[in-house]
Amino acid sequence: MLIEFFLCLRKHGLKTSLTELLDLLGALERGVVFGSVDDFYTLARLVLVKDESQYDRFDRAFAEYFEGVEQVDLAAAIPADWLERSLQRQLSDEDKAKLQSLGGLDELLKTFRERLAEQQKRHAGGNKWIGTGGTSPFGAYGYHPEGIRIGQDGSNARRAVKVWDKREFRDLDGDAELANRNLQLALRKLRKFARTGAAEELDLNGTIRATSQKGGLLDLQWQPERHNAVKVLLLFDVGGSMDDYIYECEQLFAAARNEFKHLEFFYFHNCVYEHVWKDNNRRYDEKLPLLELINRYGRDYKLIFVGDATMGPYEIAYPGGSVEHWNEEPGAVWMQRLLNHFTDAVWLNPQPTSHWRYYQSIDLMQQLMSQRMYPLTLDGISAAITTLLKKSVAAAAPSPLNS
Amino acid sequence: MSFKSTDSYIVADDLGLAVNAAVTLEKPLLLKGEPGTGKTRLAEELAASLGVPLIRWQIKSTTKAQQGLYEYDAVSRLRDSQLGSDKVHDIANYIKPGKLWQAFTAAERPVLLIDEIDKADIEFPNDLLHELDQMEFHVYETGEQVRAEHRPIVIITSNNEKELPDAFLRRCFFHYIKFPDADTLAQIVQVHYPDIRKDLLSTALEVFFDLRQVPSLKKKPSTSELIDWLKLLLAEDIKPAELTKSNGLMPMFGALLKNEQDVQLVEKLAFMARRQSS
Repeated sequence: MLIEFFLCLRKHGLKTSLTELLDLLGALERGVVFGSVDDFYTLARLVLVKDESQYDRFDRAFAEYFEGVEQVDLAAAIPADWLERSLQRQLSDEDKAKLQSLGGLDELLKTFRERLAEQQKRHAGGNKWIGTGGTSPFGAYGYHPEGIRIGQDGSNARRAVKVWDKREFRDLDGDAELANRNLQLALRKLRKFARTGAAEELDLNGTIRATSQKGGLLDLQWQPERHNAVKVLLLFDVGGSMDDYIYECEQLFAAARNEFKHLEFFYFHNCVYEHVWKDNNRRYDEKLPLLELINRYGRDYKLIFVGDATMGPYEIAYPGGSVEHWNEEPGAVWMQRLLNHFTDAVWLNPQPTSHWRYYQSIDLMQQLMSQRMYPLTLDGISAAITTLLKKSVAAAAPSPLNS
Repeated sequence: MSFKSTDSYIVADDLGLAVNAAVTLEKPLLLKGEPGTGKTRLAEELAASLGVPLIRWQIKSTTKAQQGLYEYDAVSRLRDSQLGSDKVHDIANYIKPGKLWQAFTAAERPVLLIDEIDKADIEFPNDLLHELDQMEFHVYETGEQVRAEHRPIVIITSNNEKELPDAFLRRCFFHYIKFPDADTLAQIVQVHYPDIRKDLLSTALEVFFDLRQVPSLKKKPSTSELIDWLKLLLAEDIKPAELTKSNGLMPMFGALLKNEQDVQLVEKLAFMARRQSS
C-alpha cells in the first residue's frame, strides 16, 4: 500500500528505500497516528526522510501526491480486499449484525462504490461532496491518506495541506552532488600516518621485549597513537567569478578541516601575486607576503589551489596585469616560486571540464601546473589526491631554481 | 504511552509524535537541530516522564564503537597474573561492560542517549549498525552473546558536523527540531520563569526574533541563549523600554551573541538604523 506515494517520493529524487516504506506501514498498522493528515505527514517525514535538506523535496512530493489523490477515481482506486479487511477490523459485532440486514458486506461495498462514483459525478458538476459522506460508515478510513476524501470534510483537509505547502525547509535544500561525507571519504585517501603526541597506546612489541629483558617481570611500554600527519595548505580563489562556486568551496573546506589536523588556508584573487590573506573582511590590512608563506611552511606541505583560473591571460603573463593592484612581476613568476617550493601541488577547478578549452587563462595555468589541474568533483579530487601521493615519492630532487 | 509537555519541558506536537513513533516501533530516533534547541534535554525529560533510567553515552572525537559494547582490560589481567591473584583465571573479571551493554541488560527498558554522534570518527556509525538493529552483540573473549531483553529507547543527537552514512540513517527515524515559533517560545520561557512580566517578555522576544533575522550571523542565538539572557535581564531588573532604546546593542548582549564578529555586525546595523531614523 502507499506504493504510489512511495513512487512519487522517488520521482522527486528522495532516496527512500523499501525498508523505510515497510517501517511506515508498520507504524500505521500499530496506530501511531490516527485520523489526521497532519500527523500522517509528520510520521511519513519522520520515517522516510533522513536529512533536513530533503524536507523541501518531501513537501513538494507530498503536495503533488495529495493533489493527485483528489483527482483519482476513488471507486476504482481502492482495492476491494483492502476495504474488506479494514472494515472487519473496525466493525463491532452489533454493526456486523446490522450489515447482515443490509445484505452482507459484499452488497454494502457495492453500494459504497456506487455512492462514491455518484459523488464523483456531482463533484464534477460543481457540487462539492455534499451530505452522504457524513453518514457513510466508511468514514473510518480517514486515517489512511488515500481515504482522506471519504471520511473528512474538505476544509479540514485543505487546512492540513497548508503545512507542507508552506515549504518551510526550502533554504535547507542542498544539491547532494558534492555531499560532505563523500568528499571526506575522498580526502581520506590523503593519509600518511605517523605517531606523534602523548604516549597513550600500549606498545605490544616493546612490552614483550622489555618484559623478556626483565626476566618475565611485567614492564609496560607505551607509544603515541597514530595520526594522519599529512600537512595541507589550501589556497582559495575568492570573489568575482568564484562567487558561483561558494557552495562547493565551503563543502570542500568543511571536509578538509575535519580530515586534516595540519591544515592551513589562505585566499587569493584570480592569480597569486605578492600577498595572500586569511580574512576576507580585512584583506588589505592583514596580508601575508608570499615569500613569508614559502618560508613559514615547509616542503612537506601539500599545496592545493582552488580556483576557476578564469581571467584575462595578461593577469598571469604580464607585470601590472592584476585587476586589483600594480604587480611588478607577472603572476606566473609568483606561481613558479610557489611550485618550486611546494613540489606536491594540485589545482582544483570548479569549472566543468568541458568549458576549460574556451579559456586561454586555464590553458596557461595548466601549463604552469604541469597538467596537475583537476575538476572540483569527487572523481577530480580522487585523481588529484592520487597525484599528490605519487609525486611525494618522485619529488626527491628539489629544483635549484628558487626565489 | 504518549510523551507530552510537562511542567518543566515543552514538546512541540510533531516532536511528540516522533518520539511516540520511535518508542512504539522500537527504532532509534535521530535528532538534529540548531545547538540549544533542547535535543539532549529531550532524552532526559523522556526518561523522567517514563520513570526509567537514562543511560548517557557522550561521544567524543576519540570514542570508538567498541567502547560502547565492552572493553577488555588485558593490562590489569597481566598485572594480576604477575601478582598471583586468583581473579586471573576468569576472563570475565576483566571485561568491562560499555554503555550499550548496560542498556541491553538493564532491569527495565531504559532510555539510551547517544549524544553528539557526529563528533566521532566518520566510520563510527557504521560500526554500530548491527548492534542498534538487532540489539545484540558477541563478546569474543568469553563467547557470550549479549542480547537486549527489552529493546532500549535509543535517542541519538547530531550537530551536523559530519554527515552520517546512509545505511545508518535507514535504521533510524529522523527528526529535525525546528526553531520554535514565538508562541512556543513564550511557553518555554513561562516554564522557566513563571513570574516574568508580560511586557518584558514580549519586548524581549521581539528583540530576540529581530536578532535572529539578521542575515549572516555566525551563530544565531537559540532557545538556551534566550533563557540565559532573560535570566540576566531579570537579575538586573531591566525595564522593557530599555530593550528597544536604539542606542546600539541590546543590554546584556553577551548572552545572545557569542562571537566577536557578530557583535560588530549587530553594532553596525544598529548604528545605521539610528542614523536613518535621525
